[in-house]
Amino acid sequence: MDVEILSRIQFAFTVAFHYIYPPLSIGIGLLMVVFESIYIRTKKKEYEVLAKFWTKIFAITFGIGVVTGIVMEFEFGTNWATYSRYVGDIFGSALAAEGIFAFALESSALGILLFGWNRVKPWVHLVATWAVFLGSMFSAVWIVVANSWQQTPAGYHIVGEGMQARAEIVDFWAMVFNPSSVDRLTHVWLGAFLAGAFLILSVHAFYIIRGRFVVMSKKAFKITLIVAAVSSLAQLFTGHNSAEGVSVNQPAKLAAMEGHFKANAPADLYLFGWVDKEKQEVTGLKLPGGLTFMLHQDFETPVTGLNAFPVEDRPSQVNAVFQFYHLMVAIGMFLIVLSLFALLQWKRGKLFASKWLLWTFVFTAILPQLANQFGWFAAEMGRQPWVVYGLLRTSDALSKSVQANQVLFSLLLFFIVYAILLLLFIYLMNKAIQKGPLSDIDFDEGSLNKEIANVISKK
Amino acid sequence: METLFGLDYPTWWFLVVGGLFSGYAILDGFDFGAGAWHMFFKKDSSREVALKAIDPTWHGNEVWLVIGGGTLFAGFPVFYGTLFSAMYTPFILFLLFIIFRGISIKFRNMEDMPWWRKMWDWSYSISSIMLAFLLGVVLGNILNGMPLDENFEYIGGGFFEFLNPFSILVGVTSLALFMMHGAIYLLLKTEGKLYNRIQVFLRAGMAFFIISYIITTAYGLINLDHLLVVFKENQILFVIPFLVFLSIANVPRLASKEKYGWAFIFTSLTIALLLVIVAFELYPRLLWSNDVQENSITIYNAAASTKTLKIMMGFVAVGGPLVLLYSYFVYRTFWGKVDLNTEGY
Repeated sequence: MDVEILSRIQFAFTVAFHYIYPPLSIGIGLLMVVFESIYIRTKKKEYEVLAKFWTKIFAITFGIGVVTGIVMEFEFGTNWATYSRYVGDIFGSALAAEGIFAFALESSALGILLFGWNRVKPWVHLVATWAVFLGSMFSAVWIVVANSWQQTPAGYHIVGEGMQARAEIVDFWAMVFNPSSVDRLTHVWLGAFLAGAFLILSVHAFYIIRGRFVVMSKKAFKITLIVAAVSSLAQLFTGHNSAEGVSVNQPAKLAAMEGHFKANAPADLYLFGWVDKEKQEVTGLKLPGGLTFMLHQDFETPVTGLNAFPVEDRPSQVNAVFQFYHLMVAIGMFLIVLSLFALLQWKRGKLFASKWLLWTFVFTAILPQLANQFGWFAAEMGRQPWVVYGLLRTSDALSKSVQANQVLFSLLLFFIVYAILLLLFIYLMNKAIQKGPLSDIDFDEGSLNKEIANVISKK
Repeated sequence: METLFGLDYPTWWFLVVGGLFSGYAILDGFDFGAGAWHMFFKKDSSREVALKAIDPTWHGNEVWLVIGGGTLFAGFPVFYGTLFSAMYTPFILFLLFIIFRGISIKFRNMEDMPWWRKMWDWSYSISSIMLAFLLGVVLGNILNGMPLDENFEYIGGGFFEFLNPFSILVGVTSLALFMMHGAIYLLLKTEGKLYNRIQVFLRAGMAFFIISYIITTAYGLINLDHLLVVFKENQILFVIPFLVFLSIANVPRLASKEKYGWAFIFTSLTIALLLVIVAFELYPRLLWSNDVQENSITIYNAAASTKTLKIMMGFVAVGGPLVLLYSYFVYRTFWGKVDLNTEGY
């Protein structure tokens, strides 16, 4: 294998692995803020217990998220030196801004969040929790801005030629608010809320089934269900906006997502299917003219297809882009149906009545994670063969001085280390969840003890 | 070229990046130093105290690396691409040790099994030692220079090229410096028997540093002529090495009086002053080209556009004080000796 494919596999692998954790941190962070705020307001101990429990889970996800995140920053230099020189002005400044304005805030406040319960006043601790959550939201802002600029470059000009060519900022705010930033940022935020919320729903559903911490878990489940329902519905809109943006800014990507080959014809919308790139056919269940309708609200307006682009400018893995995109959408729809159905059951007073619904929630925790991964795979593979859309090809972005054997060596190391990390993550999460929220909280006062005993006594 | 208070923007950015990496070396330096001593503590409870001494703050310290990397990437993208791709394997190893250092601190106390804790203790300590060493190796190679072509691409050999004698010496010296620095930090956070034991470590650490520093300096003076030019031309600059000497000499003096707070300030100052010397040796270069001088990477041919540097000066002007404020607050919250009973989450 050559350096290009090895470097691409390495970057895809390390960034995909990394992306298991930050969305969980953002999503759990949101609910940590909610639980702790309720505790500060109502002084009800079960919310303190919930806040502390989820802080503990958060610590595991955040820790792995940080150490796997630095990897990407370094990889731009190690594996993609030409890219680094080309985009340093722009991409580099977004990364620097992320460090200064977001990461510094969340990492400093993290010390107080994890170790400060007995050292600072409760409201100061709540401020720290907010700071960690907002810091992680700001991190997403700058990282998505940087990536969106790669998708839809704006506010720049190109200086120099050949090896010396590079993009420089002309208009900073145009760079930040490039055509896809806002749609993609809101999509990423909501994806993160869903990842966190469905994990929390999963764990508390499991406790309710097992009859442990039942009263507390029911309260947590209801609060989190609202977050999940709102986020999954809102995700429909941000997703639609994103797709519309892609149709305008990256028509080749949209064509790949729907397997639309004809250069200039009305396009169909597939519920599912299989793309044969050679025959230029899609086999599957379709709404004829559906894509045209989604974009133009009629069935006649033509949509630019893959054949409108020279072969060397089309994404090569059309079927993969198609599948990842459709799987993401399918999961999104399922999450909407599930959370709305649960709301309905809640209204009918039967939310916790049926075991199967709770079990469905237990297993659904994995789905937002998959949707996040699939969505990114569709976005990044759909951008190929460009690393900066229309400006710099992935094959030109490599480090000239790096050899294939070096990358093979590092790739194997990452495989091994990340496999260990994943096993540890699953083991420690499982252990913390099995142990539950009331294991090693300090009981300072007898009255508190009694109160908690009342709260957790099974019905 | 546009200037700000008499200095051009690439020079300002050189100072910003230098300042951030000095901050990183001072802050994560004591974490690495504490980690390097870790296996010298025999009791599980001692190791737990030593870990708790850095647990609430190491995340904040590591941020300086992330910011330093980001500012280097944005400000000097040509240098960033060349350095990281040239030293591919050392940087990959650095990343893996950063991963193991972080997860060791996080995971060690999550289980009670002795083998579990021991495994993470080893992982934590080896990672800390290797990180301190690798930082020095990178610095040594930057000072040493590399063969570069006219596109500023590295054209030398692989991993073992970077393990040259000078870089290994700088690596060992960084480790020694951080061990001295880290021992002093641990003295500020411990008491009782453990405190007495670390006092012994500190004496060994000071000796280790002074010896390795003298050897490295001597080797550099004999073999790396290109670094001395600036000092020969501006003899007033010899005041800096003299200040380094005073600063280092102050550490054993203060340590013998058990004034560890002050000793910590002087090890921090030593780290900063040593990097000031590095800055003078390099400026305006960032990376020497060994064979063809003209191919050297300088702050001018590596810099981002002036507009970008201006924007980022704004970031630093707004964000810098904020970062210092957060750090101040967190350190103040966890000031004083570690108490195993009140910590934890």
